[in-house]
Amino acid sequence: MFVGRLLQGLATAAQLAEEAEALNARQGLLQGLDARVKLVSMLVLIVAGVQTHSSSALASLLVMAFVLALVSRLYTMPVLRRLWVGILLVAAVMALPALFLVPGGIAGRLPMIGWSITEPGLRSAAFLFGRAAASSTFSMSLLATTPWPHVLKAMRCLGVPAVLVAVLGMAQRYIFLLLQTAMELVEARRSRILGPLGAPGRRHMATSAAGALFERSFFLACEVHLAMVSRGYRGDVRLLDDFHMRRRDWLAACFVVVVALIASIGVGR
Amino acid sequence: MHIPDGYLSPITCVATYAAVMPFWVVALRRLKRVLHTRMVPLLAVFSAFSFVVMMFNLPLPGGTSGHAVGVAIASIVLGKWAAMVAISIALLIQALFFGDGGITTFAANCLNMAVAGSFVASWTFASIAGKTRAGEARRLFAAGLAGYLALNVSALLTAVEFGIQPIFFHDAAGTPLYAPYGLSVAVPAMMIGHLAVAGLAELVLTAGLFAYLLRTQSDALTCAAMVEVSAPACGTKPIARLWYGLGAVVAATPLGLLAEGTAWGEWSVQDFIDDASRLEILRVSDGTALPDAVPAGLRRLSEAWTAPWADYAPSFLHNLSLGYVLSAIVGVGLTLTAWYLIARLLRAVTAARPIERL
Repeated sequence: MFVGRLLQGLATAAQLAEEAEALNARQGLLQGLDARVKLVSMLVLIVAGVQTHSSSALASLLVMAFVLALVSRLYTMPVLRRLWVGILLVAAVMALPALFLVPGGIAGRLPMIGWSITEPGLRSAAFLFGRAAASSTFSMSLLATTPWPHVLKAMRCLGVPAVLVAVLGMAQRYIFLLLQTAMELVEARRSRILGPLGAPGRRHMATSAAGALFERSFFLACEVHLAMVSRGYRGDVRLLDDFHMRRRDWLAACFVVVVALIASIGVGR
Repeated sequence: MHIPDGYLSPITCVATYAAVMPFWVVALRRLKRVLHTRMVPLLAVFSAFSFVVMMFNLPLPGGTSGHAVGVAIASIVLGKWAAMVAISIALLIQALFFGDGGITTFAANCLNMAVAGSFVASWTFASIAGKTRAGEARRLFAAGLAGYLALNVSALLTAVEFGIQPIFFHDAAGTPLYAPYGLSVAVPAMMIGHLAVAGLAELVLTAGLFAYLLRTQSDALTCAAMVEVSAPACGTKPIARLWYGLGAVVAATPLGLLAEGTAWGEWSVQDFIDDASRLEILRVSDGTALPDAVPAGLRRLSEAWTAPWADYAPSFLHNLSLGYVLSAIVGVGLTLTAWYLIARLLRAVTAARPIERL
């Protein structure tokens, strides 16, 4: 049971990462835009959503995020579905108690139990949920429609140090490898278990698997280093940059700036 | 503990980016200097490891289970600077790919888990493990405690960041604009779960993984010194800090003179004779009547030993403050000498027996 859950968790993570990578090959509005425009737009829209104090501006941004996900054909994407489920769960934990705990005028009462829902609580919970949902949908929509190497190149164009971009790119690749290794480790152990494991046995198994993975990671790092050096790596990272802005990219950039400005005007209302 | 976008105000986010940036810069510079060509593959692989280990669901005592972050084991084995960068990269990938943690709150998450977690774990482990040998149980205990403390300090920081939002960021009507709960709600709500469950998961993972590496005599442990670039040797810096702390406490001992009267129950024979002192004893003892004469046993035993520096006031010094400081120095010196002699004795005893080394 425990081993099955552990395996399932690892497999789901691997599957989600693979699906996210496969999705950027689909045809859609966001898939056709320049990676740099998408990255900057994502940051601008997220900041606009976080800083706005206007509920109507926030609602508009949320609708825009959903429409972008829709026209980019991301609605079938399991990552996005899981993201929204996650947002709802976090909102349930963080935002729902605010309905009753934030003091203020009473907006209504819960039937049966009679708990009072306050007006500031309602507004506060709506802000919390709206901001989290809009920001997550923007970031996921824009990144899921961009091949990972393009995201890295766009980061480099925006001034992120080359070393960090290289580490980020390699780390993403090794996540797949280590997830696969972890699954094989747990699967191998499962095939050698005859009966149910007690709690100490399960702990021992999980920490041993993590330990084995740690050792393999260490050796992998040494091997990768040797391979890189043998191919001429001397500590300086160089990345190619061949992006070209087209008319639709400029249009998208202008549109995002206008949206962000409108959301900013709503600040304080 | 991964804070999503929208829970912290833009000002808090900017402040956390400003706070965490120097740590990233220092960490990268140190790692680049020490590791050179090794840095990129090492950080990439261990970022991936940190990401994967966060997927492990650990069964905990009491029938529950929890996810660990892996910050403590990374700090112990790789050193705090490498762990800081590796965990930060793992958090960035989580935020970008899985929406676990926000983009605007990325620095806050790094500050809480990668920076504070790495420092707390590293200091805890170095302070407790000291220069003990590899196989000693104290090192295992130190590793587990480092994990537990690192995660709970991270949780506390997260709770404080949540808790200050309604204080500083609300509209004219008083409606909180970001995380709506004050410190009195956020701190207990975060800490109960982390003290009881998540902290234990980190403890189990750190101690278990550390025990595994010791048992397998992993090269990762012996090569760790190559990566750690902060402390010249394990246990040296914390001891230096202890010396500074001890010196500060010694210098502050004259503060004890500010307290008036005698500590309850530490009365001398003279206090039982002096009328003013008797009244004071009566007052602090809720009016319980004192014996008319000095108790015979007290008088007899009080003469058994005469302290050379009674009341921390050496007779050759007429300044009370100086007398206090000198007494503190002599006291510390005598204590350290006593412990040094005991340690020598224990070393002599254990040296006579063969030790099984890893």
